[in-house]
Amino acid sequence: METTYQALDYYLIDELLTDEERMVRDLVREWVECEVLPVIGRFADEGTFPMQMIPEMARLGLFGPTLPEEYGGANVSEIAYGLMMQELERGDSGLRSFASVQSGLVMYPIFRYGSAEQRRKYLPKLAAGELIGCFGLTEPNSGSDPGSMQTKAVRDGDGYILNGAKMWITNGTIADVAVVWAKLDDVVRGFLVEKGTPGFSAPETKMKWSLRASVTSELVFEDVHLPSDALLPKAKGLSAPLSCLSQARYGIAWGVVGAAMACFDEARRYANKRVQFDKPIASFQIVQEKLAIMATEITKSQLLNFRLAQLKQTGKATHQMISLAKRNGCYQALKIARMARDILGAAGITYEFQSGRHLVNLESVYTYEGTHDIHTLVIGSSLTGIEAFR
Amino acid sequence: MNIAVLVKLAPDTEAALKIDADRLKIATVDINYVLNPYDEYAVEEGLRWKEKFGGTTTVFSLGREEAVKALRNALAMGADEAVHIVSPGGLDMLGKAKALAAALQGRGFDVIFAGKQSVDDDCGAVGPMTAYYLSIPHISTVVKLDCDGSRITAWREFEGGAEKFECPLPVLITAQKGLNEPRYASLKGIMFSKKKEIAVVEAAPAQAKIEILKLNYPPVRQAGKIVGQGVEAVPKLLQLLREEAKVL
Repeated sequence: METTYQALDYYLIDELLTDEERMVRDLVREWVECEVLPVIGRFADEGTFPMQMIPEMARLGLFGPTLPEEYGGANVSEIAYGLMMQELERGDSGLRSFASVQSGLVMYPIFRYGSAEQRRKYLPKLAAGELIGCFGLTEPNSGSDPGSMQTKAVRDGDGYILNGAKMWITNGTIADVAVVWAKLDDVVRGFLVEKGTPGFSAPETKMKWSLRASVTSELVFEDVHLPSDALLPKAKGLSAPLSCLSQARYGIAWGVVGAAMACFDEARRYANKRVQFDKPIASFQIVQEKLAIMATEITKSQLLNFRLAQLKQTGKATHQMISLAKRNGCYQALKIARMARDILGAAGITYEFQSGRHLVNLESVYTYEGTHDIHTLVIGSSLTGIEAFR
Repeated sequence: MNIAVLVKLAPDTEAALKIDADRLKIATVDINYVLNPYDEYAVEEGLRWKEKFGGTTTVFSLGREEAVKALRNALAMGADEAVHIVSPGGLDMLGKAKALAAALQGRGFDVIFAGKQSVDDDCGAVGPMTAYYLSIPHISTVVKLDCDGSRITAWREFEGGAEKFECPLPVLITAQKGLNEPRYASLKGIMFSKKKEIAVVEAAPAQAKIEILKLNYPPVRQAGKIVGQGVEAVPKLLQLLREEAKVL
């Protein structure tokens, strides 16, 4: 019985990867194996984010890796980026969330919608992990319907005054800069709000039973004065924050497969080892069926992600295509984590095993960045031409 | 500082090795090859010296096409240049040392790092023999190293003691576990390693002086014997250790 992680690759997708994509995957896999897995259960138990991993993640180049080198990126392919997210989430959804937010929701909008000066000021430091970012779109009364946001900016001389509140914001409390979406003259615009700006606070949301090794926060803005250069000049309308979410959801689609692969590997090994009625429980047909379902769904999601990456690389991936992969990936990963927990029996509820931790994490991932139901309606609308939620 | 590092691709230490059908070599199918673990310490030391003294770190690997993987791994960690010494294979340790020395000769290296041994052949000979052919000193199995820019102080450990050496540059050092903590590669390094052109030099043909006659698996270990439990079993155990195992 092997003792090391056996990454499921039933359809030999490895053969489709380039050397450097495999190297990126293996690098992050090894880092997670050696530096994350031995300690992440303790952080989840304590309910804290492993802050000391940020400099090392930055040194590995995990923040904004698809950006050009002049902004601290490595210009890696969409497949390499996806594989990196897959391996990070094999460690923990909280760790992948951190990287998703930093790369897809902070560096991406500054790169795409920011001025040359904003790019120069923030991107290299965000890539180096010297600055942490967060992204504020969701509000207490504005979740699936972000267009109903109440956070408002008004002009004040050259600058702006911001009022409102954001909720469920990953990294909020530890962020040095927040990308905040607010209505200015009734149009959704993006603002860069730095930590310490008077009137801006970011209290942490505690008492969570999911994403425990991740910081979740509220962002509160009370008459926050912002300079004129806090505005992202090229972001006008709701499509701007939604384009950021497409980036992050793409990473999630890959990431959750990593969590599912971790759960499958753990369950399969346990089933081969655990003896009941004088034989390994893997001998029983019910357990074998579960493992077969898990392997099938992981393989399907891997292929989906691989093709989605190709489409994204060539600029052909639509946000509906990304919705499909995010929706399917989260749904299946959650199901797989549940089955793994089930195969593990009582042992599956402890931090000694990973599946329970992945299971409760995936409950968040299932509904964040667009709930399962909303993604269903996005796909439905693209198929019928009828938007069910308007 | 002009720094060279010798690296080799070796089977992953977690790989279960099988003897090839010809009984003369290890079967290469289904084995994951990685940068030899002791060479990782050598690469790390080469990178630290570059960071401390400036200059460039050049990695060398000898062998067939696969050797390029070891070089790309070292480039991904941060090495600047890579040289692939192409050999048809079949060289013995002496032949490898001669080929490496020929490739290193005349390039003006101040220091050459290598792993203390590769985890496949386990000879520990190529590093020191390369130093011999270059006519420079070598210190092997080094666990700690200082350099003031022209002289080095090196420490090596042996059972029950430690040795301290001083020596002028240039020198060849073979790295033992403990010398440093090798860094992870980076995504930028990986992308650099992909783009970087690897220089190729041909090794002169050589006749191996050592011939491998046959590989055998180690004998299967016999199952142990439990002679009893607790204090009552001690006399019987002592008797068996004396009379049967003959170790007392």
